[in-house]
Amino acid sequence: MSKTRKRKSNKTWERVDGRKQDELRPIHIESGVLPNADGSAYIEMGRNKIIAGVYGPREMHPKRLSKPNEGVLRVRYHMAPFSVDPRRSPAPSRRDTEISMVMRDALEPAMFLERYPRSAIDVYVEIIQADGGTRCASINAAAVALADAGIPMKDLVAACAAGKYDGKIIVDLGDYEDKKGESDVPVAYMPKFDQVTLLQMEGIMTREETEECIKQAVEGCKKVYEIQKEALKKKYGMIQGEAAAPEPEAEAEAEPEEAPAEETQKPEGHVDVDEPEEEEKQ
Amino acid sequence: MSNNIVSRLKRKKIDEVIKTGKRMDGRGLTQYRDWQIRTGFLEKAEGSAEVKLGKTHVVVGVKSGIGTPFEDSPDEGVMMVNAEYTPVAHPTWEPGPPPDEAIELARVVDRGLRAAEVLSMEEFGLVSGEKVQMVFVDLYVLNFDGNLIDACSAGALAAMNTAQLREFKVNKGEVTTTDKTKKLKLRAHPIAVTVAKIGSEFIVDATADEEEVMDGRITITLDENNNVNAIQKSGPIGFTVDEIKKCINIASEKAAEIRSKVMASA
Repeated sequence: MSKTRKRKSNKTWERVDGRKQDELRPIHIESGVLPNADGSAYIEMGRNKIIAGVYGPREMHPKRLSKPNEGVLRVRYHMAPFSVDPRRSPAPSRRDTEISMVMRDALEPAMFLERYPRSAIDVYVEIIQADGGTRCASINAAAVALADAGIPMKDLVAACAAGKYDGKIIVDLGDYEDKKGESDVPVAYMPKFDQVTLLQMEGIMTREETEECIKQAVEGCKKVYEIQKEALKKKYGMIQGEAAAPEPEAEAEAEPEEAPAEETQKPEGHVDVDEPEEEEKQ
Repeated sequence: MSNNIVSRLKRKKIDEVIKTGKRMDGRGLTQYRDWQIRTGFLEKAEGSAEVKLGKTHVVVGVKSGIGTPFEDSPDEGVMMVNAEYTPVAHPTWEPGPPPDEAIELARVVDRGLRAAEVLSMEEFGLVSGEKVQMVFVDLYVLNFDGNLIDACSAGALAAMNTAQLREFKVNKGEVTTTDKTKKLKLRAHPIAVTVAKIGSEFIVDATADEEEVMDGRITITLDENNNVNAIQKSGPIGFTVDEIKKCINIASEKAAEIRSKVMASA
């Protein structure tokens, strides 16, 4: 009986939430949401609700951590106690520490740190609600927040996961798919340079499946990228008045002081994106 | 990466040599240093392994104990991997809380073992929802000369592969220790291989000097069926998808090589 059922379900195989295999969850990104921060962004990716704030470039606080020849990017990923079930302790876990590290490594390739000797750029990410794929959603918000801070960037960094669930390769795993699936491959990507800046994987997959997942995740990242640009355009389009239609170049090299004309100005896209989950245990 | 004048000079020299297809110590680009693996040399640990990879020296101990299960898996035992950067291992390592690198090391080794389902955790349940057997794998770094992830991953597998865990007896919800031991059964044998990128070249088994100047690295853990169990990219650079494939190729070849050495150490 389980056999028949399986065959049946294969015909009309559907994801738990009814999405197509390569369909992202709905994504909403808003930039400039924190008045005190130099740059900020809020993202909803599925039921993930995450806020990212950027402070800097500014003087490095414990001075011994500063570098004489370049700036230091510091990233802190942190989950609110009520963001998951059951409640978690607000103290940073080993998982948080590791995610903070890989997020820094994911974002740093997009920065010009050599321009900020002895300085720090601090990126703080708070997970208000977690729904699988928080590290990818966090990177998406952090990249927009960095751009919103007027910090020159080589490109935005977009992130999306792929994975295997019920034998199928799917994109942007939700919480359930992440926990019950066979594997999870979070990826961050800089489309302009065709570079993968975050890559992790956990599960059991053949080499071919692994490579396919990476490919699919990169496609997901490209969709997210369009939404990120939209979010920035929305805010800075408003500031510039109605000069909306043709977006000017706005090069990424702008100095941080002036109105942040990021490379953010680009076509718009409306894509729904989401993220894969992470292991929530310690 | 290169943060001071010494490491810049180092980088220059290492770059020059690597372009000729060799390394500073004469190795080929995808050649490991000599592995020396010894198992079962500690009486008080239930499983142990000592791994020397060139001058990198780590000891792995496996111990078991009784603990409480996670809420969402009341009948499953708990495996914990912890890494210790001891201050004897390097002049710049100090006593104190573990640095971020140690946490990453433990988590990457842990992820490989866990994802490959090396242990069937259901066998370690004792009293549902209350007591389970814990398996602790402690990675102890005694001398640091690069490539800790691969050394510790091989060491963890070697120690677990030869571990004789003590048996527990359950009597009306009371758990007592017995004198009997049982060989720890492994369902898979994952091995981590770390491929470092320096300039446009890819090398395995980077030394401390090479790690200091490398651009980034990708660690790939594969089991004996050549399935991928875990990947971890780190370092402030990006990789193209083709470069990642290349790293997976190198890793799959090297993992088999290392695994046979680990199994031979039993």
